Amino acid sequence: MTTQHDISRQWTTRARHGLLSALPADKLLPDGQPTYVASWIYVFGVATVSALVMVIATGCVLAIYGPTWWHVSSIGHFVNSLHLWSVEVFFFAMIVHLWGKFFMAAWRGGRALTWMTGGVTFLTSIGAGLTGYVSQTNFDAQWIATQAKDGINSTGIGSVFNLLDLGQMLMWHIVLLPLAAVALTGLHVLMVRVKGVVPPFATETEHHHG
Amino acid sequence: MYFETLVGAVFPLTHPGHYFHWHFINVSYGNIVVIVLMVVAFVAALVAPFPGRGRRGGHR
Amino acid sequence: MAKRPFNPDRDVAEWHGGSQPYDLLREGFVALIAVAILITSLALLFGSPDEKSVTIRSWARADATDFVTTALGELSGATTSAGYGAPYNHASDGPALGPLHIQRMAGVTIPVDSIQDFVIAPLDSLAAGRSASLTAALLRWHAATSPQRLLWANATVVGALGVSSAPAGDPVPELLSSLSAMATSGALDQSLIAGRGFFSMDYTKPLLFIADGNWFTTLADRQNLLGTQWGMMNETGSYPGQAWLWLYTFWYQIAPFNSSGNADVLVFATMIFLSGLLIFLPFLPGLRSLPRWSKVYRLIWREHYRRTGEASRPRI
Repeated sequence: MTTQHDISRQWTTRARHGLLSALPADKLLPDGQPTYVASWIYVFGVATVSALVMVIATGCVLAIYGPTWWHVSSIGHFVNSLHLWSVEVFFFAMIVHLWGKFFMAAWRGGRALTWMTGGVTFLTSIGAGLTGYVSQTNFDAQWIATQAKDGINSTGIGSVFNLLDLGQMLMWHIVLLPLAAVALTGLHVLMVRVKGVVPPFATETEHHHG
Repeated sequence: MYFETLVGAVFPLTHPGHYFHWHFINVSYGNIVVIVLMVVAFVAALVAPFPGRGRRGGHR
Repeated sequence: MAKRPFNPDRDVAEWHGGSQPYDLLREGFVALIAVAILITSLALLFGSPDEKSVTIRSWARADATDFVTTALGELSGATTSAGYGAPYNHASDGPALGPLHIQRMAGVTIPVDSIQDFVIAPLDSLAAGRSASLTAALLRWHAATSPQRLLWANATVVGALGVSSAPAGDPVPELLSSLSAMATSGALDQSLIAGRGFFSMDYTKPLLFIADGNWFTTLADRQNLLGTQWGMMNETGSYPGQAWLWLYTFWYQIAPFNSSGNADVLVFATMIFLSGLLIFLPFLPGLRSLPRWSKVYRLIWREHYRRTGEASRPRI
């Protein structure tokens, strides 16, 4: 006979309790925010996520017709332009967001993992960009692949990560690295929800009253 | 045909790039524009007034 | 257990103050629309670059001398790929990070034999379509020892109009002439990727071969894509490129990297170290104090400081 004790030890039950205690509904989707969140610098995080959504959406459209479509179709070329400028806006917003978070020392108060996931996402994005550039199937792709391979080879990574292999690079670009980028971004955003936006550095008044 | 005309770039940047040279530094003006805009956006975000909103009291 | 002392660069008093209404999903939606409009506008205004890819055929037609010189270099082991080392061959140890030859240690996992893969095997594949002179040249080549082949390759001289001198009995001029014809017909492009069967998306061999020539580098030079031109940051035409790679390419421009044969691994190691500093910044005393010392936060939270007390100042 199943007892209450057995049910409470189930993986599902324990996962539910853990998730709901870390992130109850009103923390996951709050209807308010602290009054100190009052600066335009705070928009660059959501701008980065929005640009990432555009990168993926335009990438999906490019995937419909394959990696050489954009050379022979003006609509395809336009979608490629959208994809390129999505990447430019993505990096633009992400780096301004990084600068803002640095000057806020946003890792304070147990938020180190939020900072670190952001940093790793940045590096993953550079890798995604590199694999994208070598998948363009044009002169730029040929040049970047033959040059970047020297740096990659010098670390030994080139023995398994072959920049000159279009098939491999394209699959890293459209499968592995987007999965990593989305997973890391999701984790990063969830952690902001769990921990909250970092409070300001303390003032003298607050210090005396605290 | 119309859509193809529409999606062609208005100012395609396919002409050879211009570069800023200073000692060993060599940066394209395209990249300089992007970097300057990033700094401008950052400073503007810091100094631009942010619209106030209704407040709910806390329990200090 | 004793509580560790409060460190303003690591710790923060959690907020128990006021909150304001905030529509998270609506903000996300508005941001998405605004960013989509921005991106669409940029794409409509500026488009994107698309410089046509080069082929071995276009190379051999545009600069026949460079093609023949490069092919001869493959036979004599003088090209970059012939002397590269891992992961393509054992010709060199590659760059070293101190005592560590990481590149060599990773092994030859993408074997490329410059002589066989770029010259001899494609010519052998012509089979029944070969001329009698090519058949004879290939027979002489296959029958010779490696030192003899190297002697022939080193003794052959390529001028502006092709092979200008070669010793008697040297099959290399015929091999180069036939390879050149194969290249200009487009057959060599196909031969270099067809070696693995019907389906292949691996362009290792044709790309290594093309990159061994000077013509390819000349095209990149015109677009400011060379390493010495900070090319890693640049895009073809006037488009903005990868400005975020500025620090990576910066190291290649200064001593000691710019004169070191180990520059690639040294720069990569430097960037891995700096990336580590970035990621582990929350745990690094001094570095993690920079935001507080810079006082830029006073701009970000000026409204908050104003509201929490007219006379208050950040205590730090």
